[in-house]
Amino acid sequence: MSEAALATALTACAAGAVLAMVWPSGAGARRLSLASACAGCSAALVAAITVLQGSLSWTWRSEALLQPLGGVSLRVDPLGAFFLLIVAVTGAPASLYALGYLRHLDGQVRGRAVHALFNVFLAGMCVVPLADNVATFLFAWEVMALSSYLLVVSDPEQEGAAAAGLWYAVMTHAGFLALLAAFVLLGQGGPLEFPAMRAGAATLPPASQGVVVLLLLAAFGSKAGLVPLHVWLPRAHPAAPSHVSALMSGAMVKLGVYGTIRVLFDLMPPLSPWWGGAVLALGVATALTGVLYSVAEPHLKRVLAYSTVENIGLIFVGLGFALLMRAYGNGVLAAMGLVVALLHTLNHAVFKTLLFLAAGAVIHGARTSSLEGLGGLIKRMPHTAVLCLVGVLALAAVPPLNGFTSEWLTFQLLVAGARYTEPALAIVLPLALAAVALVAGLAAVSAVRLFGIAFLALPRTDSARDAHEAPAIMRAAMLLPAAGCIVLGLIPTLAVAQLTAVVSDLGLPMGQLDTGFALVLPLVGSQLWPIAIAALLGAGAVVAAAVAQTSRGPVRTDTTWNCGRIAQSPRQEYTAAAFAEPLKRVFTGFYRPTHEVSLDVHPVSPYFVRGITLRADFAPWMEQTLYTPLIRAARWVSGQAGRLQTGSIHLYLAFLPGALLVLLLIARWIR
Amino acid sequence: MTPIVLAVTECLCLAIAAPAVVGYVRWLKARLQGRRGADFLQPYRDLRKTFAKGMIIADTTSWIFHLTPCVVVASTVAAAALVPVISASQPGDQLGDLFALMALLILGTIFLALGGLDPGTAFGGMGSSREMTVAALTEPTLAIAILSLALTAGSTSLGTITNTLLTTPANAIGPGHALALAAFLIAMLAETGRLPVDNPATHLELTMIHEAMILEYSGPYLALLEWAAALKLTLLLTLASNLFVPWGIATSLSAGALALGLAAVLAKLALLATLLAVLETRVAKLRLFRVPELLAVSFTLALLAATSSFFTR
Amino acid sequence: MQLFTKILRTGIVTEPLPDRASSAVMLAREIDRRARALFGRALAIRQVDAGSCNGCELEIAGLPGPVYDMERFGLHFVASPRHADMLLVTGPVTRNMAVPLRKTYDATPDPKLVVAVGDCARTCGVFAGSYAVVGPVDRIIPVDASIDGCPPEPADILQGILAALGRIDAGRRE
Repeated sequence: MSEAALATALTACAAGAVLAMVWPSGAGARRLSLASACAGCSAALVAAITVLQGSLSWTWRSEALLQPLGGVSLRVDPLGAFFLLIVAVTGAPASLYALGYLRHLDGQVRGRAVHALFNVFLAGMCVVPLADNVATFLFAWEVMALSSYLLVVSDPEQEGAAAAGLWYAVMTHAGFLALLAAFVLLGQGGPLEFPAMRAGAATLPPASQGVVVLLLLAAFGSKAGLVPLHVWLPRAHPAAPSHVSALMSGAMVKLGVYGTIRVLFDLMPPLSPWWGGAVLALGVATALTGVLYSVAEPHLKRVLAYSTVENIGLIFVGLGFALLMRAYGNGVLAAMGLVVALLHTLNHAVFKTLLFLAAGAVIHGARTSSLEGLGGLIKRMPHTAVLCLVGVLALAAVPPLNGFTSEWLTFQLLVAGARYTEPALAIVLPLALAAVALVAGLAAVSAVRLFGIAFLALPRTDSARDAHEAPAIMRAAMLLPAAGCIVLGLIPTLAVAQLTAVVSDLGLPMGQLDTGFALVLPLVGSQLWPIAIAALLGAGAVVAAAVAQTSRGPVRTDTTWNCGRIAQSPRQEYTAAAFAEPLKRVFTGFYRPTHEVSLDVHPVSPYFVRGITLRADFAPWMEQTLYTPLIRAARWVSGQAGRLQTGSIHLYLAFLPGALLVLLLIARWIR
Repeated sequence: MTPIVLAVTECLCLAIAAPAVVGYVRWLKARLQGRRGADFLQPYRDLRKTFAKGMIIADTTSWIFHLTPCVVVASTVAAAALVPVISASQPGDQLGDLFALMALLILGTIFLALGGLDPGTAFGGMGSSREMTVAALTEPTLAIAILSLALTAGSTSLGTITNTLLTTPANAIGPGHALALAAFLIAMLAETGRLPVDNPATHLELTMIHEAMILEYSGPYLALLEWAAALKLTLLLTLASNLFVPWGIATSLSAGALALGLAAVLAKLALLATLLAVLETRVAKLRLFRVPELLAVSFTLALLAATSSFFTR
Repeated sequence: MQLFTKILRTGIVTEPLPDRASSAVMLAREIDRRARALFGRALAIRQVDAGSCNGCELEIAGLPGPVYDMERFGLHFVASPRHADMLLVTGPVTRNMAVPLRKTYDATPDPKLVVAVGDCARTCGVFAGSYAVVGPVDRIIPVDASIDGCPPEPADILQGILAALGRIDAGRRE
């Protein structure tokens, strides 16, 4: 059953790609290819759930495809199926959404290309979690990277898309090279198949093991968005069309997480605690970086991109914790850590999809993508506002939505770890807990700022004033992840039960984590019953509303109290930059703000000032310290290499036998 | 008395006592300022009057404005349902633990901030921005204070913490417990908007944090928000007293034990409220940009408490 | 600690208020019975300076202090007219403050009372006839009680407010 569903999924995506290019009418091409993508995602969802429910595991091989590289080998196990589920859960709403979102591209070839690439992207992402040998994995990885790169640069009117695409392309291919090197080292000269690597990993010399783990962390971490390799993410995600951004943030970065889990938990034996500690520290640093930038960014989609970085950090905190516990031999806590990380992966995929789709609807309706230009959209886009509020509350991790469940579990995890283990962790885990709590608080600030500035009060620009509601299909597409947020929040055991299969398949014993509708942690003796909390909140709100209705005197509507001024204007509202100002002052060492003040004076005298312009910005110190030297070095090297291009054809002809000589010498030396 | 009835009664006790706690603090501050002041029942009269007033809804607001008071009240009541007041047997433990309580309080804060941004006034935006900043910066302190409690009690569940401390009072001896209590109280001042973080009696908008967000509310909505703020103060004071100094709380459901528990919690509330009034008379309000320094001090105290718990185990 | 020893030494300095209002207090019209019933023991006051010289404000600033202690009667000042039950208006209404005064009145929810403090508020005082002045307060908003004086004593102001609430007898009626 799952075989058939998976085959259907891949076929549907392939068919969608082909139909997008060949179908005669542009509108028909859009409808058919996106419907095909949606059908493919639904089939993938069915396949994934079947595998998870039944804890199945099956393989499929074909020597015919990719023959020079060793053939295609797929293995469907619960871990791969879970990430397939995440791709499906993100892809289905995104494809429905694109039906309405990309209607304006119907007559252009670019539209067909975007739909075809979308299908290819989905297909690549479906194959990556199922790959069982290096060839399949890297092939699907590269398909995923190329198609997403082309989608990122697909909009010629998007400013900065080309530069964003360049950053993305360079970093993903650097990651590809690191992956290739790591897999070759891990293969130790044998066949580059995952089962062989799994069997032989125990015999890997420790130095090699260290290099392999470092390279894989760098490659998968870069794809996931770990600091300091995250710099492509806030550039590329906002430049892509919104449904593609949703897929990239919801599914593609999770495949970096998948790669990390597959290698560190499945292929390799338990590593030393230092690696676990390093992953935990990287996770904390990533979470803090992501949330601090998301609080201060004015661009709507960049806020969401940095928030993705923050949540990836939280996922890696869970993973680092699991690695640590595994190194110390505490299987139960390691299992719990892995479950929490995977649960947050799913929860984040759901609410980030919703938020990116909502951001797309806002940009589509209000024609502006900066928070400083929005406002008052709750009256002009009422349905989008409600859906966005659900996503924003999940982002802020408040009960009873799904963001809160995984955050609560992360807290419990760190408390349980601090209680049960070595004194060596006596400093590390409390600091990690404090950092995660700070991240949670700052995420709430970012959420309030996002929703409050964009949707509430008065419109700040004309384009926001003339905003129109998103088409019905886009709203329907957003309803799916919104319902997912609510259901996963109220009944978290739905997801936790599936994760039991994943974790036990990886060899970690799973303690009982739930009783029916409540989450129970026997290790720490605490319980969470989201449905009861939701019922209590609902009852309280209803009683409060009833009291307000019955007891009041006359009600009338009047202008806002603005201290007696003549008129209320949008200039009086708080701006997005102003909202984040206190935090920018507290964390000024992190933001490194720069101020540029220029005066426009009257030509007659410098004492008559006509206008003052203040330009406030952040110094991109991460790029400046880490990337600018690399870029400069690369430029210098290529400058030096340019010296070889003297223009003399005799020299170029002499290169041919010279290269042949060098290759013969190398071949001789290898032999 | 079944646990559910007990839990509802406890919650109602907190809800009904909340304005009296605020009234007592105001009365004591008045006496310390050398004036007679209103008696401690004055907030009830204020609330009764405000509930009966008319309401004016600003035309720039949306349904968020109407939703905010309901959500703030609901989240504060839900948080109050988790607090052990009279009895140590806590049916609220099945709902959630200390982290859930903090999250419920943040839910109320988030909606209050949205309600402040909704009318589109500068003061509302200022209040929302400052409130969210202070709330975010108190999170680490509260998390580490919860951790230090959980390290000795073995759980983050409120009933378990209370019961463990009652059965092994030796845990309370040592610097960790006192440091955690100090850190918790400073964080509580920030969460509830009392001096030195925020002056609840100010009418200068540039010095407001909590008050600025409710400037646009009137009538029953205003009364609900004021009462929810009083309830938040009361529940955090009760939490401080019953988690750190639980002796006197009822461990059985007999009438005598419950009466003693009620008397004990009232006495502890009175003591903490007295200390709060004395503190508010002694200190002046901090500049907003000095508040993070105060919160950093409380965070350091909490971290010291947590690490000392490790070494005394 | 010096603060607390000083507090203990000083004690309560609040002066009792006379039962009858002085002749400075005047009720302008019949106070709404519903308003009186509602505001019996709790009243929120918003003070509006409609162009006053601040002499009345200095006296009003003494009301929350220890000597006059308005809080013992359940009165307190609020920042927003949305929270207010009574507007305490001072000053001859200047041209620039006419519209803001009207807007403040409109921004206050019903039921509400207005008390005009000082000679300027009732008759424009020494500023009567000035080009910058529109007229007394009752030309802009309906006034329930007024308190004469330039400036009136804090005790008179307090009595005026309480007379408007019906808690003491008014000195004069118009």
